[in-house]
Amino acid sequence: MSQPTIKEVLFNPVFANNPIGLQILGICSALAVTSNLKTALVMSIALTLVTGFSNLFISMIRSQIPSSIRMIVQMVIIASLVIVVDQVLKAYAYSLSKQLSVFVGLIITNCIVMGRAEAFAMQNPPLLSFFDGIGNGLGYSAMLIVLGVIRELFGAGKLFGYTIIPVINDGGWYLPNGLLLLPPSAFFLIGLIIWALRSWKKEQVEKPSFTMAPQVSNKEAF
Amino acid sequence: MEHYISLFVKAVFVENMALAFFLGMCTFIAISKKVETAIGLGVAVVVVQAITVPANNLIYAYLLKPGALSWAGLPEVDLSFLGLLSYIGVIAAIVQILEMLLDKYVPALYNALGVFLPLITVNCAIMGGTLFMVERDYNLSESVVYGVGSGFSWALAIALLAGIREKLKYSDVPEGLQGLGITFITIGLMSLGFMSFSGVQL
Repeated sequence: MSQPTIKEVLFNPVFANNPIGLQILGICSALAVTSNLKTALVMSIALTLVTGFSNLFISMIRSQIPSSIRMIVQMVIIASLVIVVDQVLKAYAYSLSKQLSVFVGLIITNCIVMGRAEAFAMQNPPLLSFFDGIGNGLGYSAMLIVLGVIRELFGAGKLFGYTIIPVINDGGWYLPNGLLLLPPSAFFLIGLIIWALRSWKKEQVEKPSFTMAPQVSNKEAF
Repeated sequence: MEHYISLFVKAVFVENMALAFFLGMCTFIAISKKVETAIGLGVAVVVVQAITVPANNLIYAYLLKPGALSWAGLPEVDLSFLGLLSYIGVIAAIVQILEMLLDKYVPALYNALGVFLPLITVNCAIMGGTLFMVERDYNLSESVVYGVGSGFSWALAIALLAGIREKLKYSDVPEGLQGLGITFITIGLMSLGFMSFSGVQL
């Protein structure tokens, strides 16, 4: 396999190989934190940094890690990085970290971080792995931000807490769709985004496990 | 007693791990194609959750909480920032030990769970259960009930989803929506159904 370039590892995950849309990784937090744009943005920045740096460090020591305990080593590195993020958030944005509650801690078990460490950082040099981590983080962020914008704009008529569409309750004209603020809407939106993504990039469509038998002609049916 | 029953019911239905908090989604979607495997994984999650949540509760109460080390003569030490690291360590260790014990003493169950046990380490539902326990300040007996309840809620959800998906694969789904897309929409509808429990006052 030829060595991928930095540009490839950085931008491929955003559309062509989106971690949420195609690899089914890291969905947990994608749903819970996107009911407004601010938490979605903070979460994406945190995850991008953690993925990037965990890939960097794991790749640096990849030839020293004995393969039987590599999971534990990766876990410790990731957990330490998440602790740093968590402490920084608690120090500088306390109310935000309360809002994100357990989901910052859950970056540890976010499959994107582990998945990239295992699949990419263990075989590739540090710099490339770093950009692969950032790229996958960006793919995740893109999905999160799209969800955050849709949910906050149409669910509450706001972006970042500022009114964009004046809602009826405040004397405006827009009747907000309350369902968008509730958890299930995130599932519907992701389902629809995947549909759109796959109609655009046909090669991502999954093969159906069963196909309908072709319609029997009229003559046979009678 | 009443308190514990209401905690259990709340953990299973109102605060369903998978459908209300979206925890453990990766495995939830990946392993829900067959009812049988889904139930196997569900049982494994219940067992692991029932052990790890109380274990982490003890660690939090006697080692990490601000002032928890006063029994060792160090009342001012606050180690709560080490929380995440120690919880994940405990979870990984318990899963590993459970795997070895099952292999030695209950090989039938070990073979049935096999592949799923290591997967559980990175299941967010397990970690999430522990973090919720810490955030809500449960005591030991509450954490046992919460652990079993939250594990059961996840198992219930994955078994239901697997049942739906087994039927769904015979249906004629639009091309781009096949597989992942329709699964998300199904989960959305299930989650909408489970939201009706949120009105239940306990």
